[in-house]
Amino acid sequence: MSDIAEAWSYLPLYLSSHVLLSASALLLGLLLSLPLAILATRYRWLGGAVLGFAGIVQTIPSLALLALFYPVLLVISNFTQDVFGFGFRALGFLPALLALTLYSMLPVLRNTVTALANVDRGVKMAARGVGMTPAQSLRLVELPLAAPVIMAGIRTAAVWVIGTATLATPVGQTSLGNFIFTGLQIENWVFVTFGVLSAAALALAIDRLLALAEAGLALRSNPRIVAALAGLAIVVGASLYPMLASAGHPIVIGAKNFDEQYILGRLIANRLDAAGLHTTERDDLGSSVIFRALAAGDVDVYVDYTGTLWTNAMKRTDAPGRAAVIAEIADWVKKTYGVRDLGTLGFENAYALAMRKEKADALHIRTLADLAAHARELRIGGDFEIFSRPEWKAVMRAYGMRFGVRRQYQPNLMYAALMSGDVDVITAFSSDGRIAQYGLTVLTDPRGALPPYDAILLISPAHANDTKLIDALKPLIGRIDLKTMQQANLMVDRTDDKQSPAQAARWIESRITR
Amino acid sequence: MGFRVQVFARRGGDGALIELIDISKAYPGSDVPAVRALSLTVSDGEFLVLVGDSGSGKTTTLNMINRLIEPSAGTIRIDGEDALTSDPVRLRRRMGYVFQGAGLFPHMTVAENVAVTPRLLGWAKDAIETRVDELLNLVRLAPAEYRARLPRELSGGQQQRVALARALAARPKIMLMDEPFGALDPLIRDDLADEYRQIHDTLGLTTIFVTHDMTEAMLHGDRIAVMHDGALVQIGTPNELLASPADDFVRALVETPKKRARRLTEVLGTEP
Repeated sequence: MSDIAEAWSYLPLYLSSHVLLSASALLLGLLLSLPLAILATRYRWLGGAVLGFAGIVQTIPSLALLALFYPVLLVISNFTQDVFGFGFRALGFLPALLALTLYSMLPVLRNTVTALANVDRGVKMAARGVGMTPAQSLRLVELPLAAPVIMAGIRTAAVWVIGTATLATPVGQTSLGNFIFTGLQIENWVFVTFGVLSAAALALAIDRLLALAEAGLALRSNPRIVAALAGLAIVVGASLYPMLASAGHPIVIGAKNFDEQYILGRLIANRLDAAGLHTTERDDLGSSVIFRALAAGDVDVYVDYTGTLWTNAMKRTDAPGRAAVIAEIADWVKKTYGVRDLGTLGFENAYALAMRKEKADALHIRTLADLAAHARELRIGGDFEIFSRPEWKAVMRAYGMRFGVRRQYQPNLMYAALMSGDVDVITAFSSDGRIAQYGLTVLTDPRGALPPYDAILLISPAHANDTKLIDALKPLIGRIDLKTMQQANLMVDRTDDKQSPAQAARWIESRITR
Repeated sequence: MGFRVQVFARRGGDGALIELIDISKAYPGSDVPAVRALSLTVSDGEFLVLVGDSGSGKTTTLNMINRLIEPSAGTIRIDGEDALTSDPVRLRRRMGYVFQGAGLFPHMTVAENVAVTPRLLGWAKDAIETRVDELLNLVRLAPAEYRARLPRELSGGQQQRVALARALAARPKIMLMDEPFGALDPLIRDDLADEYRQIHDTLGLTTIFVTHDMTEAMLHGDRIAVMHDGALVQIGTPNELLASPADDFVRALVETPKKRARRLTEVLGTEP
């Protein structure tokens, strides 16, 4: 399958999620902003407060606003769970909806307040003079006169929301942003371009239709308004159709934000689809977010690594050995969350510090202890989460290491930074095919500061006893060795003859079934 | 210039229709009241003109009658009923109100503008349509040609005619007019003022008409009320004011039309 054909195959799902999210946020935003703006024209203090608040919201970077809602909702959900006995999904649709709703409010508020304030005084006086009540004056005179300007605000809000909705992907809400985030990660520029163009085309189409409605309102032309509404209904309806057609509760397959996770996500999806189960994928989730999401039932199945859970979720610092860690984790996730650990896939993807061979040889660095002696003069590059993880602190403590310069990259760009000499050491992944491809030196850990990182398959409490699902995934257990995974990762990462995660997943499948 | 319109006239009686008793208006933050203890009675069928220099309180007085401005003190009676304790919205629907600059609703057609008050009062649809045609004929705008136009497609004079028709739509007894023709050019202005006086007579209306044009006041007013600094200085027929002005201000005011006519004759007389 070519990249474009593959991108097309994801479009119905991504587009319908994107449209549902944007339309809901815009409608909710309108339901809040219009009454607020009308009240603001009656009470001046409210106008100042509301516009000030909306202005502040606008200055928060949109990605940060989206990310902020997850922990807030999680706290609220835990609270309602404790007090009232029910919780809700803190990941995915809800945080994205709330953040985008807030985002959509400023242009509508500002335009509505301004437009109502600018209605000619004589006309307002005439409305009172002919015997209209304040409500009639608003409905029959002020709002119709302000409508074109309000509509212009709605247009601005719609374009903002459609654009910003692409950032909903990292909080677990599928959107057209999945093309962009995944494409960026696997350096698939066809995907990125596809995502950007489809989001832009959607924004442009909606903008043109709303412009038609705006002109219709300004010229009092009902055919224009009807045509615009019909057009909007068609675009939204057609986008949502695939989602409505496949209603029901799909099995959510989670993936973190790197290539191996995309490949394993597709591999799981293929197996479940083949078993006749309805699935959906949620990519680009952070390490700690994804496990909580699984425990809460927002994600139903994904692959995690023992060391990550050991240090981050269980907060353990001891090292009882590889087999003991695997056993204790299976026990702990079951007891604490009712999560089912189906077992190890057969390979380890450890955090490992790696250097270019020439540099390591020149400084005679072979182990983390050797590295500690030179760390102050060296620059280290890592992914977005490593430096704040407990494993990193454990390594720093165990070897008394401090680096002179610390930089953070998208995992893919990290290798480019190492090869171009921007950094001297990187926090690589041991299953990464590029370690072999670039001939990097992986430093050993003589003091055992880093835990083992066996890949394990985790199932949400709701599906812990779902035999159909478990039977479909059982054959993966113990069947993917390090060489297979490294090779699959390299297929996606390399620049020549680059393959998509779906292609790499099919390649693994063919090796397992052979 | 017979009007094709059905006459809804009630013969003007002599009973007091509008009574203002000791009304005052002080705006917050201003030491000087805009209107001070003003008392005034307007009889049924009367055409009363309120004149005065700018800032004399004549518009404030007019707007207190339909409670677009609430009086600070005093009593207003309309047809014997206390206007200040009744619902101001209902009060306004019973009075016609026309002001300078027309104030037509720009998003509504001529017909919709005229139909506004009857619609608010819940009249039947056909009754409203008939009434709109009747009124457009009354103000000399052919319904077939003007009904569907928007205000911006009309001249200033035509807009003011529509505003007049709108004010008359619900058959009010009382018309409040605040320099209604002040922004129009002189020819049209005189025509409209003449026409309105005829409508007033034909329909048996009671009109309070604010203007600062003394000629207009002397030509059309049954009585003229002169205001200065928020107080009523004198009230009487044009002849009474001319014959015995209360003070120099009134004298100067009522003599302007004559003085201007005299000067005009002088100037024109010296020309070849």
